[in-house]
Amino acid sequence: MTKLKTFRIGGIHPNKYKITTDSPIIDAGLPDIVTIPVKQHIGAPAKILVQKGDKVKVGTLLADADGIVSSDVHSSVSGEILKIEETEGEFGYLEKMITIKVEGDDWAPSINRSDDIIREIPFSAEEIIAKIREAGIVGMGGAGYPTPIKTTIPENRKIDFLIINGIECEPFLTADDRLMVEKAEQIVIGAKILNKALGIQNAIIAVDENKPHAVEILSRLSKSYIGVNVQVCATKYPQGGEKQLINAVTGREVPSGKLPADAGCIVQNVGTVNAVYEAVLKNKPLFERIVTVSGDACLHPANFRVRVGTPASFLIEKCGGLTENTAQVIFGGPMMGTSAFNINAPVTKLTSGILLLSDKLAHKAPAGDCIRCAKCVEVCPVGLQPFMIGRLVRAGMLEETREFHPLDCIECGCCAFTCPAHLPLLDYCKLAKAELKRKK
Amino acid sequence: MENIILLSILVLGGIALIASVILYFVSQKCAVEEDTRVAEIENLLPQANCGACGKAGCHDFAVACAAADAKTFSNLFCPVGGASVMGKIAALLGYQTTAKEPTLAVLRCNGTCQNAPAKIIYDGIDSCRIAAGISSGQSGCPNGCLRLGDCVKVCKFGALSINPQTGIPVVDEEKCTSCGACVKTCPRGLFEIRPRGRDGNRVYVACRNTQKGALARKNCAVACIGCMKCTKINPEITVADNLSYIPAGVSADQYGEALVKACPTGAIVCTGKQTPEEKAHD
Repeated sequence: MTKLKTFRIGGIHPNKYKITTDSPIIDAGLPDIVTIPVKQHIGAPAKILVQKGDKVKVGTLLADADGIVSSDVHSSVSGEILKIEETEGEFGYLEKMITIKVEGDDWAPSINRSDDIIREIPFSAEEIIAKIREAGIVGMGGAGYPTPIKTTIPENRKIDFLIINGIECEPFLTADDRLMVEKAEQIVIGAKILNKALGIQNAIIAVDENKPHAVEILSRLSKSYIGVNVQVCATKYPQGGEKQLINAVTGREVPSGKLPADAGCIVQNVGTVNAVYEAVLKNKPLFERIVTVSGDACLHPANFRVRVGTPASFLIEKCGGLTENTAQVIFGGPMMGTSAFNINAPVTKLTSGILLLSDKLAHKAPAGDCIRCAKCVEVCPVGLQPFMIGRLVRAGMLEETREFHPLDCIECGCCAFTCPAHLPLLDYCKLAKAELKRKK
Repeated sequence: MENIILLSILVLGGIALIASVILYFVSQKCAVEEDTRVAEIENLLPQANCGACGKAGCHDFAVACAAADAKTFSNLFCPVGGASVMGKIAALLGYQTTAKEPTLAVLRCNGTCQNAPAKIIYDGIDSCRIAAGISSGQSGCPNGCLRLGDCVKVCKFGALSINPQTGIPVVDEEKCTSCGACVKTCPRGLFEIRPRGRDGNRVYVACRNTQKGALARKNCAVACIGCMKCTKINPEITVADNLSYIPAGVSADQYGEALVKACPTGAIVCTGKQTPEEKAHD
């Protein structure tokens, strides 16, 4: 057996905890009230087009992209707009949100709601990008970078590979896995659409070996679609990182401070690709996504299809509610996700999971002293020396950390995960990053 | 044996003689003319090298003083040394000092553990900057004190300490030099350099929360709700973004008590007059 591909340096093997791998995606249903943030992407918040009291349908444009790096926001429900104001988000900070009272489920007539799979792509590259922009699609892996910008190739760059990221290396999360199993053909067609938009014939769907079901279905399908291939990768965290995945699949390195396009690659999450399919061929804007609700303190873990703006507490209720032993609620994965301050915060286009962790998993052991074992150096996928950054930060020498390049840190948390002294190395790196960015 | 000792003394002595002659001529030729007053001024300065004056350190400030004319000198001020040091420097240079009111750092937040109880358990590292990046803080107030003491770490004069009962930092009036390091460090911008006031009597709004009244009160009992009542007492007081601001010009002796009484939430703090005995006691 040949050795499976993976990225060159670093990486760890955390416990998988993929409890929900075999749970089919179920519809979460409609809450009474949804709150839709106008900023669910990197860049400027969208300009609000609606007013209090307006009636909206599912798919109505609520806010228009303001500037190039921005994205449209659509209504995920039908009903009446209750208020447009600053509301407490997941971190406890105020964000501008549109609150809608749900009345029925009335979809905009332009959306094709049938389940038939459309295989013909009767659009040109420009038309495809325009449709992606109108649908408000952003990178659904978590970064939220507007997809139309990524799909527009910068001048004097040549793109060789379109990599579809089906790795999902975070423990617990199975949203992408289930999507690949249930919407395999849609993803393959979505890849063809993006191929056409980029003017290439080389899409690679990268899936890691712990998703045999998805690998099998996608491999079978890709045989009948020219220009779409499946690449099975070895399981290792953080393989789902953009730069790590490029290295794993193509062997290329993205230089420090450069974009994947500089290495001739474009990486898109499978969720994004499915959204592209729905936007281009079904006229459906991005207003729902798959969310895994799981964790060792969760009574009934499940994969949900959720409308954007649904409060996280609504989903937690569906899974048996907040249990006694819940110590921490996390939005996203346990490695890179954020500890939620407010569980009434809405699911956005970027929420891949909601995890309820018990004290056993959430507990932080008290930090000891660095024993210079260099395990953090060994596992850092970027090749940094986290212990040095940590030492300098603890000594208050933030400016001096620049030599150790904390700005290249991808915040994967491998260093803190592996540290036998339980040092909060990731926090130190984040602090150094924040300080250097502030001084720049 | 004697030869060796004699020889080495002669050789080393010769080298020393030649080197000293060279050094003498070089030092004559390449001497840097430094204003002799710079060293004198530097001796007067506190030597904290804190950079509060806007210069790189005390030497830099002394150079600037020596180079200044009567007009530009009035723009230079050492906040650590204060008026007395500036007076001495002015006397040395023969300039007039304009009297500057003594100032100190004021914490514009009263989000103590009692007023703004913790809603979450924070188990990250002790850094306000990191905590501010993760969430709005233990109390939930997005503008309030995070109680992790970045300001305490940065204060070079030991003037700040976290009160274990309230959880928020307190400013030691005796030690504070109003160097402004805490102002720059606090990720929430809670510190302000304000005049000490007559007999230490100051009045200010101890809140930076810009949320609407109901939201602000949800997290903190003493939040400013922007009710405008204080503006009726003195029109100089402004309210912007649901937050009142009392300019330094509003006299605490004259309006202090009335303002505290008028504020429905207790966001306005008046320190009250301090007798010399009280000061000594502090």
